[in-house]
Amino acid sequence: MAGITGKDAVLSEYARKLETLDAPKGRSLTQDAIRRLARNKAAVLSIFVVGFIILFAFVGPYFLPWTYDKIDWSGIRKPPNFEAGHFAGTDQNGRDMLARIMQGTQMSLIVAGVATLVSVFIGVCYGAIAGYFGGKVDAVMMRFVDIMYALPYILFVIILVVIFGRNPVLLFVGIGCLEWLTMARIVRGQTMSIKEREFVEAAKAGGAKPWTIIFRHIVPNLTGPVVIYATLTVPEIILTESFLSYLGLGVQEPQTSLGTLISFGAPVAETLPWMLIGPAVVLVSLLLCLTYIGDGLRDALDPKDR
Amino acid sequence: MFGYVTRRVLSAIPIALIAVTACFFILRLAPGGPFDGERALPPTTLANLRAHYNLDLPLIQQYFIYVGRLLQGDFGPSMVYNDFTVAEMLWIGLPFTLMLGFSAFVIGTIVGLVAGALSAVNQNKWPDYVLVLLVMVGLVVPNFLMAAIMQLVFGVYLDWFPAGGWQAGSIPHLVLPITVLVLPHAGRTARLMRGSMIEVLGTNYVRTARSKGLGTRLILARHAIKPALLPVVSYLGPGLSYLLTGSLVVEQVFALPGIGKYFISAALNRDYGLVLGTTILYMFIILAVNLIVDVLYAWLDPKVRYR
Repeated sequence: MAGITGKDAVLSEYARKLETLDAPKGRSLTQDAIRRLARNKAAVLSIFVVGFIILFAFVGPYFLPWTYDKIDWSGIRKPPNFEAGHFAGTDQNGRDMLARIMQGTQMSLIVAGVATLVSVFIGVCYGAIAGYFGGKVDAVMMRFVDIMYALPYILFVIILVVIFGRNPVLLFVGIGCLEWLTMARIVRGQTMSIKEREFVEAAKAGGAKPWTIIFRHIVPNLTGPVVIYATLTVPEIILTESFLSYLGLGVQEPQTSLGTLISFGAPVAETLPWMLIGPAVVLVSLLLCLTYIGDGLRDALDPKDR
Repeated sequence: MFGYVTRRVLSAIPIALIAVTACFFILRLAPGGPFDGERALPPTTLANLRAHYNLDLPLIQQYFIYVGRLLQGDFGPSMVYNDFTVAEMLWIGLPFTLMLGFSAFVIGTIVGLVAGALSAVNQNKWPDYVLVLLVMVGLVVPNFLMAAIMQLVFGVYLDWFPAGGWQAGSIPHLVLPITVLVLPHAGRTARLMRGSMIEVLGTNYVRTARSKGLGTRLILARHAIKPALLPVVSYLGPGLSYLLTGSLVVEQVFALPGIGKYFISAALNRDYGLVLGTTILYMFIILAVNLIVDVLYAWLDPKVRYR
């Protein structure tokens, strides 16, 4: 035995230390992204504001003395009056504006949620299939997307809504069916790079069928870009819905949406300003915050840009 | 370059045809028709009316008649406004919509490009913050709300401009509608321009140009502007279709005599001829602009030409 030299002593000391210490914790990509998002003050604030608006829309009505379709015969076209419980005034029909704003926000949020889901579903399936199969399939599918891009799609929405009646469900699905184009393009691009990766090759070697590869191996890897783009689609859809409602093609009375409220408020804004200000503030802050959240998510999940 | 342009023009033809077909069949397959009034018409009158507009023929035959006429520039009759053909109505409204749309398009694009470039050059200094804030306002305030606010502030309270209507050739009547259309377009353009300009300013060749000792202005003019324009140019096509959609609202709010005003009432009345005519016209404007944009793109980015 040559005896323990100084070097050995240092090394064994170090080995002992390593055994007793915990291994350094790794950080996953998601944790990294959340950390980056949390550092973005505008995005965090926006998340809180949107959360507040959601609570306001869905829980708020339970705390109000009036419902959105109840007529107060003693308070028609009245400014905000706390004693009567009309915190944001009443409209020309004597209905409480605050309750109507809450109901309208609810409607806009539901439309946005459903339509976004529809557009994500169509966009992801379409894009992943085009990107995975490539070649002629891709050429034909993407040509179709180009064609759809070139069309004034809002005109089609208007035609559809007019023709099939003002059914809210149709409104959700119709808007969703037309907002998937950009999503399909993004997903296709991502799929084309993912399908060259080793784990896809391994799945192929293991005998997995193309559909299994697309939906089990490729789609889960698309989460990042899909989430980013879906967040950016939500404000677009809210805008589209409010645009249709503004033209009188949206939800029907006594139900309402933010666009409908603004369309009723705008012509009388000079004499009854509270009818315009309330819905306008909610709509603009909702859109502003959603845009900031989308931007924040993009910066957080896709650090390449910075 | 000439070959590329020809290819693009030829490829726009099937797109136009598919769109016309889709539009035609969506409208016709839907329930309801232009003669469903409050009062039911006597059956013979209805049959005569339908025969007059060829509505009694099989759908396929109607389609070929329509397309055949369309190719000769005949949009057919309006089924609700009996005294006008669709072409006449569009002819009255079109110059107005084009003037409104294109002046907003040109002003918005220029304002957006300048604002975006200024913002990028002054990144994270006060001009940048101010511009980003303005861009956000342009982006998130919907055009119908902006129109209402503009009417109220500049039309009613300050009384600087008329709040609506139009007298032939009167510029003050156009200021508010054009501003409403310009804001979102300029906002989107500026946002894109800022992003791409920041990216270009960080590239190696710009650094090389700087290290050669070129002045900032020369670097911007010679090296930075052209590549930074690419994403903006590819946005111009969709941008115009946003603008035209916006003009639907603006024409209604400001009571302007453009084609957007017809579209909605025609769709509600099931005036097949007028709805189809308006949609086709919008579509051709958009296709034409897309074509111009593609050619512009090929000029800016030689790689595109050879694909």
